[in-house]
Amino acid sequence: MSPASKSLNPLPPKERMKVPRQLMPEQEACARAHNFEEVNLGYSAELAQLEAKRCLECAKPTCTDQCPVGIDVKAFVEKIVIGDFLGAAAKIREANVLPAITGRVCPQEDQCEGSCLLSKKVKPLGIGYLERFVADYEQRMGTHVIPKVQPTGKKVAVVGSGPSGLTVAGDLIQKGHKVRVFEALHEIGGVLVYGIPEFRLPKQIVREQIDYMREMGVEFETDVVVGRTVTIDELMEEEGFDAVYIGTGAGLPQFMNIPGEHLNGVYSANEFLTRINLMKAYKFPTYDEPMLDLKGKSVAVIGGGNTALDGIRSALRLGAGKAYVIYRRSEAEMPARAEEAHHARQEGIDFQMLTAPVEFLDDGKGWLKGARCVRMELGEPDASGRRRPVPIKGSEFELPLSVAIMAIGTTANPIVQTTTPGLGTNKRGYIVASEETQRTTRKGVFAGGDIVTGAATVILAMGAGRRAANSIHEYLTTGAW
Amino acid sequence: MFKIIHAEFLAPGIKRFVIEAPRIARKQKPGQFVILRIYDEGERIPVTIENSDPERGTVSIVVQAAGKTTNLLTSLNTGDSILDVVGPLGKPSEIANYGTAVVVGGGVGTAMAYPTAAALKRAGNRVISIVGARNKELVILEKEMREVSDAVMITTDDGSYADKGFVTDKLRQLIDNGTRIDLVVAIGPIVMMKAVAEVTRKEKIKTVVSLNPIMIDGTGMCGGCRVLIDGKSEFACVDGPEFDAHKVDFSVLVQRNSMYREAEQRSMAEYQQQVQKKKEEGEHACMATSGAREGEQR
Repeated sequence: MSPASKSLNPLPPKERMKVPRQLMPEQEACARAHNFEEVNLGYSAELAQLEAKRCLECAKPTCTDQCPVGIDVKAFVEKIVIGDFLGAAAKIREANVLPAITGRVCPQEDQCEGSCLLSKKVKPLGIGYLERFVADYEQRMGTHVIPKVQPTGKKVAVVGSGPSGLTVAGDLIQKGHKVRVFEALHEIGGVLVYGIPEFRLPKQIVREQIDYMREMGVEFETDVVVGRTVTIDELMEEEGFDAVYIGTGAGLPQFMNIPGEHLNGVYSANEFLTRINLMKAYKFPTYDEPMLDLKGKSVAVIGGGNTALDGIRSALRLGAGKAYVIYRRSEAEMPARAEEAHHARQEGIDFQMLTAPVEFLDDGKGWLKGARCVRMELGEPDASGRRRPVPIKGSEFELPLSVAIMAIGTTANPIVQTTTPGLGTNKRGYIVASEETQRTTRKGVFAGGDIVTGAATVILAMGAGRRAANSIHEYLTTGAW
Repeated sequence: MFKIIHAEFLAPGIKRFVIEAPRIARKQKPGQFVILRIYDEGERIPVTIENSDPERGTVSIVVQAAGKTTNLLTSLNTGDSILDVVGPLGKPSEIANYGTAVVVGGGVGTAMAYPTAAALKRAGNRVISIVGARNKELVILEKEMREVSDAVMITTDDGSYADKGFVTDKLRQLIDNGTRIDLVVAIGPIVMMKAVAEVTRKEKIKTVVSLNPIMIDGTGMCGGCRVLIDGKSEFACVDGPEFDAHKVDFSVLVQRNSMYREAEQRSMAEYQQQVQKKKEEGEHACMATSGAREGEQR
């Protein structure tokens, strides 16, 4: 019997290819460029079911293999086909504790959708859109299932409440361990609340996912900078934690070390986004944290990743008159998600590709007035395998700017490493952890996410969290290291 | 929530709060600071730690009213709470037996200089403290400084108390008298720290200053607190707040601290209007919460 014949999908496989990929309803570009409301509006049940029917139900699905947390895509999509949306959500939750978040921010084109068989002939299945749909449906229904588990009596401390820490916490609480999450900031969620803007990931969604974890029994303690407020050793020796997971995330923002970077008006993307997202500076003076007035001003972001696009699209929403992305390679090399770059273009962001600033210019009073930039061309491939940008002689030009946002990456935050004796780090200062088990060089201490790999994506951090949760569970039940 | 178990004015506009914060109390060392946020719509600001009592689980902080947030803060009293207090942040002061250490505290900076002076004394140094203030009323912690110093010199800008003049006059005097000085620690207004650095630079005396740039998270994540040290960007929250005074670019610090002046003035003006309105209505209300509620309705 062929897989299709016992399928619950009423469409014969050949017909499925004829259904076009269902477009994500979105706010009009001209409207959304001026507000912080979410860009994507989400599928209706009808759209979701129609899209789900496009799944070819491969005998050996590659989508699951390409998913960092291994979601059983075929199974959850089939449940959407028959209209069992809550069943679909439960299926996803077996592998992923934050579906409403990953459904919005995962780079699906490089993972599940990138390997979808449909994409060989037509557009891939909208797996991310479907994940988002069922997660939102489940939230609307308010039918979270709180799993009943036998307590093990073991206690785990999770350092950092970003995507990897939350994944570890969600997985371990379901295995019966006590979990306490320590967060340095005043709000839970890490990069999900300070970094990713409202228009891409509404903070209400993050809060709902965290509330669900609280209901499951996860404890959260804010305002704790592990390494300063309490050390890893104190957590284990004095507070009785049997294991610790370090997921402290992206570190210190990098600068280019070019003249003028200290001028007023030059921000790191982290600061710019933290002011807006965490501190709600865009609601000044209702909120006290201030932000420079961007109305009608020229603003540029330096960099080509998701953080760069989040920064410049936020600037546009704060009223910037001109908004540029300055990136030293071409658009093909941009690390940002294709959908985000597409949205940014629709909104009117000016992409200055193959361009780099060489100096920020002073207005004579310590404020930024522009950037001297140089055009680049791509030369031989460098260590990363991407073609190295080389400055074109005589191509320098001045770009008038009031604000520049540096989004060129981060370096390791040293606070935990320098206060935890015996915790191994690599030459760039990141924590050394096994790729399979996330174990560090210290017994009982695990680490994952950006503090191990350097800046990456939400889902890769969650993948590390999932592996860590499994190996922490193994360690706590067997005691073997 | 962090409960205020004691609040008192040390001088007009300068208030000391003893806060229940057991974790911070256990870990605090001289030179470190906290970041706090008073209420949901509030900003995060770095605040000086005066000292802590690990056994009682309390931390003592000192705040001077300047803008909206510090005015709101100094309106709080015993029994009120602060929503978030995080720390201790920054690297502790490098305490060793240097020989003779001169500790200079200017204005509210004296509160941060005090634990450093005490620690230097405990480490075996001869400690000479110089405390400066605009006038008599604003001289704080004189008694405390005397307890931990071998000698204390006080200056006021207007001569209303002790000697008229600036802290640098006293420092100059010490140097001219041939006092051997092995270390100078200066904590106070930027102009004062810069002036101290200029005096000791010529004499090649090791000098440390504690910088107070604008900060948000205080853990190195945002990079807002970057300062120019020997031509290179460093982050005051993780690399500092104490730096070699002779390597600090003070003019960049002054310039960057002025970045939000307009917004700060606007916040302050609106806050003062609210306070005025409350006074006229004759209500006795906690401004920290009522201010926030009014804000929401706008």
